[in-house]
Amino acid sequence: MTTAEAPPLVAAPPAARPRRPRSIWAWLGVVPFFLFSFLFIGLPLIILLVGSLTLETGGYGLENYRGLSGPCCGNAFRNSIVLSLVTAVIGAAFGFLLCAAVLLGRLPAILRSSLMTFSGVASNFAGIPLALAFIFTLGNLGLVTKLIYDLTGFRIQETGFSLYSMAGLVIVYLYFQFPLMVLVIAPAIEGLRREWQEAAQNLGATPRQYWWKVALPILTPSILGAGILLFGNAFGAQATAFQLSGGTIPLATLVISSQMQGDVLFNPGLGYAMAAGMVIIMAVCITAYSILQRRSERWLRR
Amino acid sequence: MSGPAIGVRAPEAIGTIGESAKRRRRPRRGGAWWAWLVFIVGATYFIVPLIATLEFSLRPEPPTRAYANVLADPRFFGSLGYSFIIGVITIVLSLLIIVPTAYWVRLRLPNLRPVVEFVTLLPFVMPPVILVFGLIRVYSRPPLLFTATDIGSSALLVAAYTVLSFPYMYRAVDVGLAAMDVRVLTEAAQSLGANWFRILWSIIFPNLRTAALSGAFLTLAIVVGEFTIAAFLARPAFGPYLSLLGRDKIYEPAAVSLISFGLTWLAMILIAVVGRGGRTRVEVGGAR
Repeated sequence: MTTAEAPPLVAAPPAARPRRPRSIWAWLGVVPFFLFSFLFIGLPLIILLVGSLTLETGGYGLENYRGLSGPCCGNAFRNSIVLSLVTAVIGAAFGFLLCAAVLLGRLPAILRSSLMTFSGVASNFAGIPLALAFIFTLGNLGLVTKLIYDLTGFRIQETGFSLYSMAGLVIVYLYFQFPLMVLVIAPAIEGLRREWQEAAQNLGATPRQYWWKVALPILTPSILGAGILLFGNAFGAQATAFQLSGGTIPLATLVISSQMQGDVLFNPGLGYAMAAGMVIIMAVCITAYSILQRRSERWLRR
Repeated sequence: MSGPAIGVRAPEAIGTIGESAKRRRRPRRGGAWWAWLVFIVGATYFIVPLIATLEFSLRPEPPTRAYANVLADPRFFGSLGYSFIIGVITIVLSLLIIVPTAYWVRLRLPNLRPVVEFVTLLPFVMPPVILVFGLIRVYSRPPLLFTATDIGSSALLVAAYTVLSFPYMYRAVDVGLAAMDVRVLTEAAQSLGANWFRILWSIIFPNLRTAALSGAFLTLAIVVGEFTIAAFLARPAFGPYLSLLGRDKIYEPAAVSLISFGLTWLAMILIAVVGRGGRTRVEVGGAR
């Protein structure tokens, strides 16, 4: 392996290259990566899964998972799923509209590049500063709260709206959800070829028909995949909700946080089962996303 | 444009094709009303919280007081500096692991590619709160007692961030490697007598500069704002500092949030400048 090899005179296609006997040394090159990954993500994952299967009474079983539907965790999981679903649907719909508006709506070109940059910033501007920014906007002393009161004499809190509730979390989460949608869906919208629209037009399709019969069916896997990605994105979020609610809204991530600070569930196995349950949901999301991504690439590869 | 484009209508259709070939943009300028409406709604939602934060930070008398207080607070620079150093170490470690691996997989073990890709995707499956939960369970008891010392906890923090950076670091580096002929470069270097270290250091790394830099800035943006992992490892990082400030003070958090937004913006602009023409990289599961 250390001797210099003479370059082939004629460039052979890679497939035709004679197979080198795979020495054990070749595998050494990837050892650091796999070792590191095992230590800092494989081992924690294994501990969680084993812990979730370890019963309080000793022995192994699925009892802990049954406890997930109990009063503590069932509610938290339901809240997390509802919040993620709602923000994923709204985020995907509006993100798609915004992206389509800017890419296809004949807006000035400068808006297009600023949307992309801003989406990059906003999708990464999350967690503590985002929660604080919304407290300054819609909190009791926030600018928008104040403006509405000054203009109409009406406190939005009187409607029962609170930034520190599920509805408030939806508004805040959307701030990182739909920029992410813009970033994920932009390549797909850009991948719509002009020829397809022209072909549809030449066959007599109206713009509406083109959208419903050609563009949207091609984009469906991408939109669906992006929506699933958004779901996972919201489902795993912790810092934003933690700062906003201080843990008063039971979300799966917040219950796990409290469980780490002290055994609030009074059963370590239940904590592991919650974490493992979240991992399983995230794994399903990512798998579905990868499959849909592959499907959409079939059409959109240039 | 209704009706079949055949027969008498054909010249018109051909005209349409010719016209669209000449310019991509349609003749009607100014944009559709619905596009403007959607854009304005989106822009308002984007910008109002930023304006509100700015307004809030300027409420005390004199308006610069919140900023002056923040800049006079040693914990502000202390935590920002700590997070920045952790970010830089994370970037270096991540590159040291990912670049040789991606290079080696492309050169010698192409069959292993799906496996490596799968492993780099694992952080998506484990959100930060779950990751730190698992890490604490593994590394807070003998024989792997990391969390007992400051250095140990910081090392664990770097390890967690490095794992989080794997997905986009690997993709960035892999795309960079695809743009060059790894095999020919390697064989050329070998025939000139270079060893593996020299090939990586003098040939592969310099050619990956763009890809590595955009991955690095993204890592920095995420690490500096990250809260969950740093908080549970009790590290004096920027995220936990801002969280605590948000509970203790009124106006100062607004000032720091705005500064934090500015830093994220700076990182994104640097990515755009470095990767001219490249697509904005999508990252999931960062500091949310």
